[in-house]
Amino acid sequence: MTATPVISAPARSQAAPRPATRRRPRWYRVRRHLTGHAFLLGTVVCFAFFAWYPMVKEILMSFQRTRRGVTSWVGWDNYERIWNDPAFGPAWRNTLLFTGLALVLGYAVPFVIAVVLNEFRHAQGYLRVLVYLPVILPPAAGLLLFKYLYSPGPDGILNYLFSAVGLPQSQFVQSPSTTIVSLVIASTWLNMGGAVLIYLASLQGISGDLYEAAEIEGAGILRRVWHVTIPQTRLILSLMFLLQVVATMQFFIEPLILAGGNGVEDSATGLVYLMYQHAFKLADLNGAAALGVMLMLVLLVFSALYVWLSPKQED
Amino acid sequence: MAATTRTLISPARLNRPAGRRIYWTLVILVVVVSTVAFIGPFYWMVTGGLKTGQEIAQIPPTLFPKQPDVGNYFDAWTGIGLGQLLLNTIWYAAGALAFQVGFGVTAAYSISKLRPVFGNGVLALMLATLMIPATVLVIPQYVTVIHMPIVGWNLLNTPWAIWLPAGANAFTIFLLKRFFDSIPNEMLQAAEIDGAGPVRTLWSVVVPVSRPIIGVVAIFSVTATFKDFLWPLLVQPSATTKTVNVGIYAFSTGLGQNVVIAAAVIAAIPTIVVFLIFQKNIMGGLTVGGIKG
Repeated sequence: MTATPVISAPARSQAAPRPATRRRPRWYRVRRHLTGHAFLLGTVVCFAFFAWYPMVKEILMSFQRTRRGVTSWVGWDNYERIWNDPAFGPAWRNTLLFTGLALVLGYAVPFVIAVVLNEFRHAQGYLRVLVYLPVILPPAAGLLLFKYLYSPGPDGILNYLFSAVGLPQSQFVQSPSTTIVSLVIASTWLNMGGAVLIYLASLQGISGDLYEAAEIEGAGILRRVWHVTIPQTRLILSLMFLLQVVATMQFFIEPLILAGGNGVEDSATGLVYLMYQHAFKLADLNGAAALGVMLMLVLLVFSALYVWLSPKQED
Repeated sequence: MAATTRTLISPARLNRPAGRRIYWTLVILVVVVSTVAFIGPFYWMVTGGLKTGQEIAQIPPTLFPKQPDVGNYFDAWTGIGLGQLLLNTIWYAAGALAFQVGFGVTAAYSISKLRPVFGNGVLALMLATLMIPATVLVIPQYVTVIHMPIVGWNLLNTPWAIWLPAGANAFTIFLLKRFFDSIPNEMLQAAEIDGAGPVRTLWSVVVPVSRPIIGVVAIFSVTATFKDFLWPLLVQPSATTKTVNVGIYAFSTGLGQNVVIAAAVIAAIPTIVVFLIFQKNIMGGLTVGGIKG
């Protein structure tokens, strides 16, 4: 109901399940099943090694400890160790803050931009390419750019621009109070193009009659957005909400490149960075696995809540 | 978009003098602001790569390099070894594409059309992994790469460490399967009556009609390999096997700001060229995700 499907197959099939194969001889059916399994093999092997096994392995690892090649069961030790890491609290706080701010900036801003762009009869194509440009940049290249833009003190380019327009200078990632905001702004600049284009596609599926009717009823612009635009795009809005939260909770490259990983006084450390640090800086794979299990549980609970609360698609 | 369909603001209001004035002010404002915000940094990067170390650090920044010098670009190419990094990335992306699309198409075809026993069970197990993002599993995945269970291989620093996980993409399977479901069975039966086996049917009937969705999945796959960071950082620790995205970060320490910026520009060129060529497909593909008519 929201957008026209961009791609559609030739035609809808009938519901009747292959009556022709029913009457086939047994060897034929066996061969068909075997072919089917052979076709599944490659994917199943990949999933087995890199999706299903790791899920089980992560849980097992979080209750084990491997030292000098010897693995033993240690109960909740890994969880305790990770819990007592001084960066544990800050990492959760930073992750929540990053996700929350990224929702305000990376979720709401692209929608507003898309609504405005959708009104434009000129320059729309140019603007669409423009917002999408950073998305094609290798993320490391884009963040290295921000690293220089964010130079603190009067030597920084952004600070120079700030003082030129009369804004106070900022320490950006060098000051705990502005670290996460700076990371989110860089991340939003790099990533929001995709969201803008998805919203635009969905906005173009809204029938003009609805706006017409609302206008005749006397609804102003904001009320039309509230009563027509948002309800008409709510499926895609709610899907993007889930994707955005899940994606931003895993932020990693931003603190690593912009703030050297931890930032000042752990003001940049995210959960994934903490996991990386335990596994590869402190040689504590098991502690990292325990943190991974915690993050997995949080994301599962979030996804479950989302599925439970989200608007159902009426077919 | 068609100019005739009305949107939030009615055409009548836009055509009034006041409406027109507001409209044009807004268009010009948005174009100027977004050009500065999006092209500005790119411009600063490209010209920054032409400046001397002293000039690039200068405040206020110079709009044009005083003595444009392409030397930084050459330094970046050799100092960071960008040629090698690009070749690695292209090689990984090509293999990942083959695994993701090749395995994905055969698996989705099997589940959708051949319907072997347990096919739907396997599908459910695959889709269950959509709930758990890859980053959460990097630790056990890394352990798997170092020592694959049963076979005992160590895939560290080999392309397989990137190719095999690419084959385990539930979203690809989901998109392909949903598309294959909409191909009428009569079409496949006709092929069967003509004597085509499942392989032939897949290759000559299913793949040709599914080209649009396969294109979308292919674009997703290549983009993901180029943009991925954490996973290649972990599984390609050797200096000679890194991807562009990881390499420009890892090798940038100790280099001058102008050289690093030049490297970032070079790293961006291939993706931007590919984007400009496939612009329509990429922008169209974006909207396939979860939207259903």
